Amino acid sequence: MSKDIIEEFTSREYEHGWTTNIEVDAAPKGLNEEIIRFISAKKNEPEWLLEWRLKAYRQWTRMKEPTWPNVKYPPIDYQDIIYYAAPKQKARPESLEDVDPELLKTFEKLGISLVEQKRLTGVAVDAVIDSVSVATTFKETLAELGIIFCSFSEAVQKHPDLVRKYMGSVVPVNDNYFAALNSAVFTDGSFCYIPKGVRCPMELSTYFRINAANTGQFERTLIIADEGSYVSYLEGCTAPMRDEHQLHAAVVEIYAMKNAHVKYSTVQNWYPGDKEGKGGIYNFVTKRGLCAGEHSKISWTQVETGSAITWKYPSCILKGDYSSGEFYSVAVTNNYQQADTGTKMIHIGKGTRSRIVSKGISAGHSQNSYRGQVHVLKRAEGARNFSQCDSLLMGDKCGAHTFPYIDVENNTAHIEHEATTSKIGEDQIFYCQQRGIDEESAVALIVNGYAREVLKQLPMEFAVEAQKLLALTLEGSVG
Amino acid sequence: MLSIKNLCAKIGDNQILNGIDLEVKPGEIHAIMGPNGSGKSTLASVLAGREEFEVTDGSVEFLGKDLLAMSPDERAREGIFMAFQYPVEIPGVSTVNFMKTAVNQVRTHRGLPALDAVSFLSLMKEKMKLVDIDQSLLNRSLNEGFSGGEKKRNEIFQLAMLDPRLAILDETDSGLDIDALRIVADGVNKLMTKDKSIIVVTHYQRLLEYIVPDFVHVLYKGKIVKSGGKELALELEAKGYDWVKDSVAA
Repeated sequence: MSKDIIEEFTSREYEHGWTTNIEVDAAPKGLNEEIIRFISAKKNEPEWLLEWRLKAYRQWTRMKEPTWPNVKYPPIDYQDIIYYAAPKQKARPESLEDVDPELLKTFEKLGISLVEQKRLTGVAVDAVIDSVSVATTFKETLAELGIIFCSFSEAVQKHPDLVRKYMGSVVPVNDNYFAALNSAVFTDGSFCYIPKGVRCPMELSTYFRINAANTGQFERTLIIADEGSYVSYLEGCTAPMRDEHQLHAAVVEIYAMKNAHVKYSTVQNWYPGDKEGKGGIYNFVTKRGLCAGEHSKISWTQVETGSAITWKYPSCILKGDYSSGEFYSVAVTNNYQQADTGTKMIHIGKGTRSRIVSKGISAGHSQNSYRGQVHVLKRAEGARNFSQCDSLLMGDKCGAHTFPYIDVENNTAHIEHEATTSKIGEDQIFYCQQRGIDEESAVALIVNGYAREVLKQLPMEFAVEAQKLLALTLEGSVG
Repeated sequence: MLSIKNLCAKIGDNQILNGIDLEVKPGEIHAIMGPNGSGKSTLASVLAGREEFEVTDGSVEFLGKDLLAMSPDERAREGIFMAFQYPVEIPGVSTVNFMKTAVNQVRTHRGLPALDAVSFLSLMKEKMKLVDIDQSLLNRSLNEGFSGGEKKRNEIFQLAMLDPRLAILDETDSGLDIDALRIVADGVNKLMTKDKSIIVVTHYQRLLEYIVPDFVHVLYKGKIVKSGGKELALELEAKGYDWVKDSVAA
């Protein structure tokens, strides 16, 4: 019987698979210097940025797609992708009233109200559809504190000095294949600057939606936290169900100065493909934070439930003395999903600390890998790391893998690594059932308990979402 | 309340229950005793709906309904509670959270509104006293790192919270010292009313000094071979199970 529950749980339909009928302004398929010039011109970019893109493109053409991740997929035809698609709007709307109502409806349907008065909680949202940001809320409120929160394109126009100084400072153009691709063709994303000593009073969030067909999404997020500032940042995403695979290659850079604290949370729910593994998003993302100043702190929390393939290692470069990095992750794979995800903690400064808590959950025919690196450099006197990697298996057709790499060049470092693999127990499910809890709720309860340490890192309203999403993703997958 | 007729069950190729007949009426306490491997715990598991056991013959009626046709969670919602011999650990899920989910699913089934946080808490406080259990224990992950006594006490706490019609106590006395045994038994006795019933599955007479049965049944090789009043338990204690085995053989 448990087998049946697994089947049932795993056969759950994707909730956000619909499309919106909006007119799209798109570039022709394919990638070459012309297309890059086209994108740059569309966005009315300064010359230096076009040069930056072209440099990235030229480097990319000389690079090779990585083959080391534990994922399998047919070769991607990079000339068969549309690199720019934007909902047709007259001009970038000045206020929410000017935004195409069809677009507002799209986000309402996703449960993200862009109408500020309707939002009960203080969360400022930057909504990105396909290649462009369509609206950013609460901008004025934030501006009073000197906080800049806007689309990346707007930042290029209005704050070019900040963009130019920090873009690529954490993830260099030629960092890796997908980051180089992104640097060449990125179309929009979010930009955020928190001034010295300011504690951002609300959660900032970006919501990404891929809508158009045959389109790749290449957004870029840049967060700069000045000395002694604090910000909590959320990211959510969904895409329609389509039979072909779609590419998402994003870059997120966080720059934290002395005593700054940035908390970055993601609930990733891209379309995972159907039960047979048809369609779904290829999610190749580079996320990295630089703890540049002493006592700075960057925390990554991710709940990964979507995408056909996830390739993602939110990392921290702990350069400032006594800076710290955290990585909390729940990655769920079901059906034919593949995830190769983890983190890198690079200890450069003295007394730097890092903490890694990774919880993998595999069901169906999926493959779930944790890949993590802890690197302690020579000068990182007294560095400490704690890593915990747990895997939970549901059913007998899935796989869980752990690839931890530890490089220590300083013998005062203290590194701890714990790992477990377990199966969701029939005993546990029966125990719940005997108390009157139905099977589905029992699985949800057990899985949420397993992931609790990570989920509790999420901001309240996100945590509830994430819990529901976990239950939903695994519906029908008990083992 | 409960009517078991010719119940036969096996696990794999191993036939364990060979025709059990048992009537339990409201307000009655029945003790099931027997040597190791006689099928006591299997009987409890089959009644609770454990999947590994296959019912090969017979019928079980609970409050006029076909019990064997129900899933384990339906049985629980209909009013069957089993206190586990080996309570299961669920990491990351507190007893409080676990009970909130369970109580509200049971209430929904009974057509009652779900309890809000405040009423749930006050219900919990009231039941905690009954088994002398500490709030801090209930905030911890369910059964994880609990001592044997704490686990059993937690089972009776859950029994109190869910307020079932029929409680099956599967070797609840195992692993309990005499003080804990008294507390657990006290809790059970306080919960007992004339419209409820209890089946106590036990190897030893000890627990029956505190939870006094109306009937004692001796199980041997998957059959009830002897039934009697509470004095049967004493007799067993004195003569040992060989006495039953011999009388069956004779």
